[in-house]
Amino acid sequence: VSLPPLTTLPNPIRPAFDKGSREGSVIVNIGPSHPATHGTIQIVAELNGERVVRTDVHCGYLHRGFEKECESHTWHNLIPYVDRLNYCSALINDFAYCEAVEKLMGIEITPRCRYLRTLLAEYSRIADHLTCTAAALMELGAMTAFLYLVTIRDYIYEHLADLTGARVTYSYGRIGGLAHDVPEGWLKRLEEILDEMETFTGRVHGLVDRNRIFIDRTRDVGVLSTAEAVNWGFTGPILRSTGAARDLRKDTPYLAYAELDFEVPVGIKGDNYDRYYVRMREIDESAHMIRQLVDLLPAGPLCVEDRRCTFPEKELVYTEIESLINHFKLVMEGPQVPPGEVYSAHEGANGELGFYLVSVGGGVPWKVHCRSPSFVHMGGVHRMLDGYQLADIVPTFGSVNMIGGECDR
Amino acid sequence: VIDAAFERVRERLAGVAGGTDVSHGVLVLLIEPAQLLATVRALRDDCGFDLFLDVTAVDWPEREPRFDVVYHFYSTREFVRVRVKTRVPAADPTVDTLVPLYGSARYMERECHDMYGIAFRGNDDLRPILLYEGFEGHPLRKDYPKQKEQPLVPYREPKP
Repeated sequence: VSLPPLTTLPNPIRPAFDKGSREGSVIVNIGPSHPATHGTIQIVAELNGERVVRTDVHCGYLHRGFEKECESHTWHNLIPYVDRLNYCSALINDFAYCEAVEKLMGIEITPRCRYLRTLLAEYSRIADHLTCTAAALMELGAMTAFLYLVTIRDYIYEHLADLTGARVTYSYGRIGGLAHDVPEGWLKRLEEILDEMETFTGRVHGLVDRNRIFIDRTRDVGVLSTAEAVNWGFTGPILRSTGAARDLRKDTPYLAYAELDFEVPVGIKGDNYDRYYVRMREIDESAHMIRQLVDLLPAGPLCVEDRRCTFPEKELVYTEIESLINHFKLVMEGPQVPPGEVYSAHEGANGELGFYLVSVGGGVPWKVHCRSPSFVHMGGVHRMLDGYQLADIVPTFGSVNMIGGECDR
Repeated sequence: VIDAAFERVRERLAGVAGGTDVSHGVLVLLIEPAQLLATVRALRDDCGFDLFLDVTAVDWPEREPRFDVVYHFYSTREFVRVRVKTRVPAADPTVDTLVPLYGSARYMERECHDMYGIAFRGNDDLRPILLYEGFEGHPLRKDYPKQKEQPLVPYREPKP
């Protein structure tokens, strides 16, 4: 078999450095498809022995023109696209995007929708944190903990599939509401899964928290101070791991968070151990919120009565002309969004997930911009990698939970 | 609480910024490109906007100046957001970099440069980030066709 020489292929990146800064240092390339990193990322690192001197982080391998594509579809049709940003917690993207459009249109969603969105956002957050923690632990060799956590995550995916019809990318949000109400018995199964989850996360705590190997590998590794984290744009669990209790759910309450009782867990020094622990504690808080929300969930309509965005009942579409025309207009021309611009942010599982929308009126957006936490985190991740061991790159990177779909858009 | 915070920002920026407005809970400042660095420095040092959230641009091909450059900042003490907008012409789409003020500007300005071709004066690292070396044009400009492809590795014809 004759393969073309590798040098004939163009290099997609231009590394920031190709020579070591000192005698005896070595430049190594990690990724973009390294088997140990989850996420398609390329790290060019200068090593002095086993120690990382400096790193140059390249992303973009998963760029698929999300923002460009959004400019030629109706507001409704973007919902499947925003699902594919952070595919570990797609519902949070759905709701953040829908809320931004609703702000532009001046729509206030119904109480049932508000509570249900909050519940599902927290449920997604649990799935996201489970994925991240499981992968981060597995990278340190904790296979049992990985299987425990991913088992529960799979229960959640299957359970969300019962609700939405899809395991990962749900397309369940709608402008002004949700696709449909929860099916019979769904909330009962939710309670069972939460109970089971607590058993399993309890076992993981027992296996990992005071484990000598785990502590040695994570304590004082990838340390970030609060001031540094803010300067480099870190939000979400990473910022909280440094000791700053900054959480949009508490600070600028949206959806139903103002009515819930929950704590904002923080770390003490912003290292890998704290990031693990903050995520585990947030899982507990999310479960606590979900239990309150199940009790609070009010009856009533799910979608707003607004003909600009809510689809008419199928039965009416087939029996009366007004609903038929309404349905046709919503599909062909899209929801009519008044001109204006809006920035709306939710606390995503990884940090501040913002949507900046510009409308010039009509059914198609002029611009959709996603402020994705993962991308901003990649701009500062070298602060956590430089100065530590080569072997720490993979666990530190795992604790950041970079999601390619959201980072590269 | 939010209104009071906005009022304070308005007072402090009275000498620096042009028009201000509140839109969907965000304070909006419209400024000239030359005022950018002074305004953002005042926002950071005097008004507590310590978190640089985002920079992007909006393309208005029919308008002159053609591009809006849009910044978002957040205060982790007062929990309010501010949007800073400035307009730059297509002939010279240049604004000052915010790298000396915020570390996070480094990456985000690279993305904005990729997508819209906005030049950030003083940012010495504007290598492609979401695109690749050698990519021609700026895909989020309205005159870049959506279907245009620039494969880095040429497509191969399937063997019969």
